[in-house]
Amino acid sequence: MSSALKLTDLKKSFGPAKIIQGVSLDIAEGERHAIIGPNGAGKSTLFNLISGRFRPTSGSVHLKGELISNRKPYQINRMGLSRSFQVSNIFTNMSVRENVRCGLLHSMGYGYNFWRNIGGLSGVSEKTAQILEDVGLIDKANMPAALLPYADQRTLEIAITIAGGAEVILLDEPTAGMSHSETDRAVALIEQASRGKTLVIVEHDMGVVFNLADRISVLVYGEIIATGTPEEIRGDPRVREAYLGEEALPEVEGVPA
Amino acid sequence: MTSSYVDLAPSRAEKFRQRVLPFILLAALLVVIPLLGPSRSTLTLLNHMGITIVFALSYNMLLGRAGMLSFGHAVYMGLGGYFCVHVMNWIAAGTGVWGVVPIFAMPAFGFGAGALAGAVIGWPSCRRAGTPFAMISLGVAELVAAAGFMFDSLFGGEMGISADRMGGREFLGLSLGPLDDVYWFIAFWTFIGVLGTWAFTRTPLGKLSEATRDNPERVEFVGFDPQRVRYLVFIAAGAFAGMAGGMSAVQDEIFTPENLSLIPSGAILIAAYVGGVRYFAGPILGAIVMTYMGSNLSDYTAGWLLYLGLMFVGMVMFVPNGFAGIIHDTWVAIRDGRLAEVWKIWLKRSVGLILIAVSVITMVEVAFRWSDGYGEVFEPFGLHLSHQNPITWALAVIPFVVGILLVRKAAKEAKA
Repeated sequence: MSSALKLTDLKKSFGPAKIIQGVSLDIAEGERHAIIGPNGAGKSTLFNLISGRFRPTSGSVHLKGELISNRKPYQINRMGLSRSFQVSNIFTNMSVRENVRCGLLHSMGYGYNFWRNIGGLSGVSEKTAQILEDVGLIDKANMPAALLPYADQRTLEIAITIAGGAEVILLDEPTAGMSHSETDRAVALIEQASRGKTLVIVEHDMGVVFNLADRISVLVYGEIIATGTPEEIRGDPRVREAYLGEEALPEVEGVPA
Repeated sequence: MTSSYVDLAPSRAEKFRQRVLPFILLAALLVVIPLLGPSRSTLTLLNHMGITIVFALSYNMLLGRAGMLSFGHAVYMGLGGYFCVHVMNWIAAGTGVWGVVPIFAMPAFGFGAGALAGAVIGWPSCRRAGTPFAMISLGVAELVAAAGFMFDSLFGGEMGISADRMGGREFLGLSLGPLDDVYWFIAFWTFIGVLGTWAFTRTPLGKLSEATRDNPERVEFVGFDPQRVRYLVFIAAGAFAGMAGGMSAVQDEIFTPENLSLIPSGAILIAAYVGGVRYFAGPILGAIVMTYMGSNLSDYTAGWLLYLGLMFVGMVMFVPNGFAGIIHDTWVAIRDGRLAEVWKIWLKRSVGLILIAVSVITMVEVAFRWSDGYGEVFEPFGLHLSHQNPITWALAVIPFVVGILLVRKAAKEAKA
């Protein structure tokens, strides 16, 4: 299978702080890849490097064979990579419908159009309605996004991310702060939305991770210490030591500071 | 998944009520006004209102919609207007193609010139957002106004450049000589300006500008360059400001470097803000009120700028949604049938505000007469309020205290 996303010896430092210390990862097309690791391991930074929010200090990121680590976020998005945020990052003063519509305008070919009535773009309206129905926000379509309950804001976050139809989707802790039933619904939504696409997900909920992922990478202090199928990861002693057994083993050994 | 989508768009009736009806009413209003036989001074006032409405709406494309705080928006109205004044003089000279251009078309020329000015000046200044953008706009306004005083052939120095609106050929039977003709000219272009700026809010770019205001970062991650969005909006705002400049060139037949300065830039910021930047109609209300105050309040009192300033500060602190916000909230309360429970609060608040106004006016009017030293005395309603009169001080202090208490009580009850 060809590679959807390829990270090569990716490094990022903020001053003397080395946050990402040489990450190499190859994610195949159609794969669901989870990145796990303790707090402060650099998971969000890794997402920021891939999506163009940060420039890497060294190393490279390729999307479907094309170098993207020197590009701007909006360029990377147009090339087919879309991401969500750990903290809901929505358009608060606009309605739910308008939020989703913003997410798909570019993919529908209406760049910076200022001569068409947005209400008259029937393709856009239909697609917006379809996405809202798929994610279950159709009843709240005309609500201001700021007034949505928390779990719905997280759903909207995902809806904006998938609206443009990107082939590679990065989700940063999509179920953070959700109740069990909300998490179940979110997972179902993610499963459905990522069908036929490449999914990279950062998640703390191990149930979600082992349920959803084809492969898992474990990031500890800016380095990937293991990559493999859920079974391999579960059985890996280094992972148990560094991460899964974190509660039992507060002192993590063998990890460069 | 089902394939039948809920129709999210508003119904035809809603569309008509929200989108078509207001414009029909506006057009009707513009047509009816001259039938009421307004005086010359009223016509001039109305014409200035029209110009300010278009200018304020163009300003709100930046502030309210795109979240760009500009301190130099008069630059674009001024440059558009200056260009029109020059064009009017070329038309009067009648050389070449200019002989066939009607003066009526000036706002269109202003539109183009404003867009060009926005494109040139916006190129560097829209590279930054937020506070740096505001600072750059301030610097640009100073720079252009200073240039206005330096380049005499372009800007006419302190005297400015005059033109004659009767220099061109008639258009639609309007010679633009009499003020009535100018009214129709202004009415036409005001309608176009309102329609144009409103239509812009309905375009993908217009929606993106709101998205960029709310969350520029997320805009980047859905495939748009927020810098680009701001730049394009800036050009559009410059264009409509230039249109207002063209209207003003015909109405007043003169542009001076003052028109480019920070003073009109600040005035339009205030007009848009007190009107309510969150609502499309807000800047229209603000423009009407501010133009009215500017031309009429100054007849009553020398302290009118002070009142204006106090009103602006008061609105920013307590009524951030402006006049349009007040109207909207009032209407919502009536629509939801909450009038019975809120009218007492409103009454308290209104009485409180009136009392505060009484004391502030007394203080200001007495204070500047006292400071003038000409022995003039503030005499409203036959009262003789000199600074030695204890009634004066009673009027300055007691209503103020009572007013504040009432407003605070109303605020507490509104929260409960």
